[in-house]
Amino acid sequence: MLTFTIRRLLLSIPTLLLISFVIFGLLQLAPGDPMAQVPLTVPPEVKQKMREALGLGQPWYIQYYKWLIQFFWIEPKVFIDYLTNSSTLFGWLPDTSVYHGELRVISWQTRSPVMDIVAQRMPQTLWVVGLSYIVGIVIAIPIGIYSAYRHYSVFDQAGTFITMVGFSIPPFFTGPLLIVIFSVYLGWLPSIYDTTHVVNDWASFKVQFFQMIMPVMVLALQTTAQISRYMRGAMLDNLNQDYVRTARAKGLSESVVVMVHVLRNSMIPVVTVIALGMPAIFGGAIITENVFKVNGIGQLLLTALFANDLPMVMTLTFIFAILIVLFNLIADVLYGLLDPRIRYD
Amino acid sequence: MTEQAIPASPIEADIETFGALMDKVPQKPPRSQWKDVWDQFRKHKGAVFGGGFLMFITLAVIFGGLIWDVDPKSLDIRNKNWRPIYTLIWDSGAVAGWAHPFGTDQLGRDILAQMISGGRVSMAVGWLAMALAVLIGTAIGVISGYFKRLDFWLMRFTDLVLSLPILPLVLLAVTLFRQPLNSRFGPEGGMFILIVSVIGLTSWMQTARIVRGDVLALKEREFILAARSIGTSSGKIIRRHLLPNVISPIMVSATLGLATAIITESALSFLGVGFPSDYPTWGKLLADAVTRMQDFPERVLLPGIAISLTVLSVNYLGDGLRDALDPRIRGR
Repeated sequence: MLTFTIRRLLLSIPTLLLISFVIFGLLQLAPGDPMAQVPLTVPPEVKQKMREALGLGQPWYIQYYKWLIQFFWIEPKVFIDYLTNSSTLFGWLPDTSVYHGELRVISWQTRSPVMDIVAQRMPQTLWVVGLSYIVGIVIAIPIGIYSAYRHYSVFDQAGTFITMVGFSIPPFFTGPLLIVIFSVYLGWLPSIYDTTHVVNDWASFKVQFFQMIMPVMVLALQTTAQISRYMRGAMLDNLNQDYVRTARAKGLSESVVVMVHVLRNSMIPVVTVIALGMPAIFGGAIITENVFKVNGIGQLLLTALFANDLPMVMTLTFIFAILIVLFNLIADVLYGLLDPRIRYD
Repeated sequence: MTEQAIPASPIEADIETFGALMDKVPQKPPRSQWKDVWDQFRKHKGAVFGGGFLMFITLAVIFGGLIWDVDPKSLDIRNKNWRPIYTLIWDSGAVAGWAHPFGTDQLGRDILAQMISGGRVSMAVGWLAMALAVLIGTAIGVISGYFKRLDFWLMRFTDLVLSLPILPLVLLAVTLFRQPLNSRFGPEGGMFILIVSVIGLTSWMQTARIVRGDVLALKEREFILAARSIGTSSGKIIRRHLLPNVISPIMVSATLGLATAIITESALSFLGVGFPSDYPTWGKLLADAVTRMQDFPERVLLPGIAISLTVLSVNYLGDGLRDALDPRIRGR
């Protein structure tokens, strides 16, 4: 298992390099000019100088190489310094200073390092997306278990229908729909997620809780629909197995049979589906963040795209790619760990 | 127990067997495979409704423009902001009427006509992108499964594309390549080509994987060996023997592909990188209406419901097709 994990980790390096090259190539092919917004009165030679200041004068392979160095070598150094100097988790370690002021990946919009902005935006996305994923899983698993256990019952039929609906209604419709109902007509919940809100007492916690309900629910609906379908299918596969009959014949109570024997075996595919769905939920959050005006990384990507901010777009898309590759790896490893019948070696 | 159960003599039993052989025609008329599939499909109520609704909505957006022949682009500023006809039920003072059953927007364009023409674009994008994805996926799947030499590289390529962040890349491609295509094919045609190809090129991977798996298994079967032994060329084997046998997983992934294509197109339009406002699709209609949804919620609801119902019906259709085309489930 360990050799498999190491092999997969090593294999993911060329994959990520190829992906970064694909994204870079796409951005190079694009005809957008970052100088398009500069006034026409600026003389062309000044424009050329500005272009070179952005690192555009070089041939493409040097640009690509520089981006690789910045992303894989300089940014980790900055991160290590941050970890040992000011983070609460590793702040006790002796302070390091491996970063010596080399050029980092700079955003063209704000002229500040891209990773700093990502670090500012990440908590909002993680709160909304992560919480919605947890809520979705917590709702989905009992629904899946019960509808498989009472196969073809009214609950099962209704559950299947609702998951199908949740599957089919896109978040850019559920979002505005919930806003119309709960913000406009009922006035219970705020329609905009205020990220500057600070939680320091009970009242401000309540405000935070209320503003999180809608974005979390919109994202959780998608997760719930997907995972409860898998849960139901996996439970149905296992409920007819011989070992279940044996367990019942031994005189085990129904709750032990279902909640211990069947559930543990059914969780194997579901856990991998949960891991595989993580990066997709980040992608889906682009729309939800846009609907509820959450300034997370999805919204950051969108604004960077419209502003033609290529380093930011490149870095963010690549971060999404890292997430996908990482969670694919986690899913594969988990599958092998949980199911002793699966052997990769 | 009874005397009839035990034949009196072996000779009589033989006569019985021969008697069955003497039958001139089969006792039951022979059934084709597709009839079995149809019978199983009919049992799935949701799938029948889904298929029916999908057919209805497709016909409605194709021929609806002939019946409701109001120009969706004609401005009528005096009759702007009409409410849909059903608001008269609870609010008799509402500005509504049969002239515009779904109301008009802030520029007086008829919403029913916009829904029909927008739906035509949405459905066309969905069908074409799905067809493109299925075509690429099937080609790569069959080639990868049939020709061992290409298998490794094609599957690594598929894995690579699968680990690309699709939505960010689609957003990227659409924003970046909009200008050159628009200048060559016009704002509508350029956007249409761009969106169809972008969605098609990013959603073929599942089809390719499924088809490859099936082709790998089929390739080892005796009928392929038989076909090869009489000198059938590879192309003929693929066309005549392999493709008909992988048609069912292709059909299932095609329906799911249609659903995702419609949703992706609407999402792009919603985020503001899709079709221009004067050439609206359902997603664009929804996106444009969000700013005024406090006063005119129906402008969000109507396109939203249209998208959701279409996708729902397609998903149900896919569910039913999967059951009907699977011979292990069929007949149970």
